[in-house]
Amino acid sequence: MCLALPARIEEREELLAWVVVGEARLRVSLIMTPEAGVGDWVLVHAGFAIRVVAEHDALETWKFVEEVESRASGSGGREVGA
Amino acid sequence: MKSREVMQMYTRELSELVAGRAQPLSLMEVCGTHTVNACRSGVHSLMPAGVRLISGPGCPVCVTAQRYIDALVALGRRGDVTILTYGDMIRVAGAGGSLEIARGEGADVRVVTSTLEGLEIARREPEREMVFAAVGFETTAPATAAAVLQAASEGLRNFSILPAHKLVLPAMRALLDDPGVKIDGFVCPGHVSVIIGAEAYRPIVGEYHRPCVVTGFEALQMMEGVLHLARQIVRGETRLENLYPEAVSAGGNPHAMKLIDRVFVAGTSAWRALGEMPESGLDVREEFAAFDAFRKFNISLGDDHEPRGCICGKVITGRAVPVECRLFGTVCTPVYAVGPCMVSSEGTCQAWFKYRRHEAGLAVRATREAVR
Amino acid sequence: MSGPSPANLLRKRVVLAHGGGGQLTDDLVSELVAPRFANPYLDTLDDAARIPMHGGEMLFTTDSYVVHPLQFPGGDIGRLAISGTVNDLAVCGAIPQFVSLGLIIEEGLELRVLEQILESIASTAREAGVRVVTGDTKVVGKGQGDGLYINTAGVGAMRPGVQLGMARVRPGDVLIVSGPIAEHGLAIMLTREQPNVVRSELASDVAPLGGLIEAALRAGGESVVFMRDPTRGGFAGVASDLASRTGLRLTIDEEAIPIRPATRYAAEILGLDPLSVANEGKVMLVVRPGAMEVVLRALREHPLGKDAAAMGRFERFDDGLCEIVTRVGGRRIIQKPYGEELPRIC
Repeated sequence: MCLALPARIEEREELLAWVVVGEARLRVSLIMTPEAGVGDWVLVHAGFAIRVVAEHDALETWKFVEEVESRASGSGGREVGA
Repeated sequence: MKSREVMQMYTRELSELVAGRAQPLSLMEVCGTHTVNACRSGVHSLMPAGVRLISGPGCPVCVTAQRYIDALVALGRRGDVTILTYGDMIRVAGAGGSLEIARGEGADVRVVTSTLEGLEIARREPEREMVFAAVGFETTAPATAAAVLQAASEGLRNFSILPAHKLVLPAMRALLDDPGVKIDGFVCPGHVSVIIGAEAYRPIVGEYHRPCVVTGFEALQMMEGVLHLARQIVRGETRLENLYPEAVSAGGNPHAMKLIDRVFVAGTSAWRALGEMPESGLDVREEFAAFDAFRKFNISLGDDHEPRGCICGKVITGRAVPVECRLFGTVCTPVYAVGPCMVSSEGTCQAWFKYRRHEAGLAVRATREAVR
Repeated sequence: MSGPSPANLLRKRVVLAHGGGGQLTDDLVSELVAPRFANPYLDTLDDAARIPMHGGEMLFTTDSYVVHPLQFPGGDIGRLAISGTVNDLAVCGAIPQFVSLGLIIEEGLELRVLEQILESIASTAREAGVRVVTGDTKVVGKGQGDGLYINTAGVGAMRPGVQLGMARVRPGDVLIVSGPIAEHGLAIMLTREQPNVVRSELASDVAPLGGLIEAALRAGGESVVFMRDPTRGGFAGVASDLASRTGLRLTIDEEAIPIRPATRYAAEILGLDPLSVANEGKVMLVVRPGAMEVVLRALREHPLGKDAAAMGRFERFDDGLCEIVTRVGGRRIIQKPYGEELPRIC
């Protein structure tokens, strides 16, 4: 249940913020993480930041995404299921 | 180290730990995202024979009682009410169909990805009643509570919620109180724990003497959680471990808990398969009655009629696996689903159907023949 | 249980997912539509029909476009209406030549928007090397359409010497995809969200593929045995179809599937499996193992195929299953998507 993903706060206006995930920006409520500021990473669930997380941990979560990137532009043509 | 190598390291140790045990370890995860990711990443296919990872009542769609679905669909069919829902709920059927089918008949059903979006819709169309289907566990409940508080402060009178939020601890207790259910340890949900805190599982360790491990939702984190449980059990330990400290604190998120407490009060709730349990759900406090669709539209819940032959109840309590159901993969498929565990993308039956069907020996082509 | 079962209700009335290109669409077409018109040209249910014409062979196809919103990052309904139809012809081995253009416009559509879309149709047709040779325009009342619907039909001549079909697929053959997947569907889904809740720059991949496909065929010749554009139903739809209809085992290496990080992020936000999400500018090709390298090289030299990758192989297990080996080394089945991809939250 309850997928939550780390995203970086780009803009903040009172308890509402814009966070960035990839090439999308999401409107997020900071009502549960009032301590979060611009530049902080938060775990976002259904439009709400539910926890401030360390940048290192946030990047770790997304590591698999970037791993795939290096492969997509790599040489490919690998053997599979042989 | 590559993910595959780390995984191999975990599974190798796990196999060694459980080798030679008379009974397989029965471990349960109670988190729909764990269920989906375990299947999507093929974690089950990597599990040694001596370990059984059961998907428990962690998918909100699967544990929502049929009588609630019936009330929700009936509300949508009135015509003067718009149903706002997370995508998860669209296809779950009650006795009289699903929101998807009601939408085909003319009901106004809109998928939202947050309650903020729901509020925005209510502001934009002030003359129309907007009812949000408020389902989910503790991760989702604060977002509902925040929406109710916001609607109250703005005087947004056309917004209300039809609450069916559930609490995770009562479900775990109910399972352990049932002598027919065998669980040796729990892989505790990652994001529910962000809200309620790791210490919330202390009673499961203290009163029920079952090890609990809080872990994240990725395949490697899940397998690590299973490994830690196995280590504890083999050593005869019963501890609460938090393997996800970067997100889960001991005490949880006080702001979120305060939101829940401000709007809701724990109450009796009807669960699919587990029945009615006291203090296992969240009722809207009297102060916010105007935002409770049950009271606003004078809705009372009917009875549950489990589909004949469906064993979803046994599946989510770990007493049966989907392939033991005679409807599985023949009459009941994700497209023409009979029970909720097949409808929900987090449901155990759908997860088995999608990702583990080869274990059941069912041919892909058999599916379409059967529904003719 | 009281009342009709959900399965029976799905057989009484059309729901959105009947049009989603998944299992429900298949059932609707194979049970309700196709049997009534049964003939050898239709019965293959390929993307385009091969019809005899003046001693030669013609490929003929049609498609309707109802995308909302009409304009989105990376394209618009006009570019889609040309690309989709041209691609259906091209993957069947034709050289796309002529298209028709049917416009169903809703009262109230801004002429400025219509003009932009028509411009886009014209430029995409030039890019694809096809001419719009006939058309029709209708206007429906406010509320009876969604701004603009477009239908296009296309015809093309069969490329000489090209032989494509699932029947030619055999064990050992390799599955190739021409570039990163899931971009169109996710771009549309994110654009559909309200702008004050979600803003997205993620661009659709919509593009006409005639040139790319020609390059692949020129390089691979008869060693290219099958092609399909993974539109609705996505990569999973084509891959599961290939396995079930050839009866072979198709094994996919998840790590080798090209996908851009921005797309992966978007899929995670919405709780969707990118394998099931629509593409409008990608082609999946089945090639003989010996031709894999030359086809990949040809694809990568084309601007629309720079990230082409081989990620699957057909094997002699006659179970018709498509199995994926995941990033962590687990295994699972890929099945045909249901039809309507819904964001998952809780």
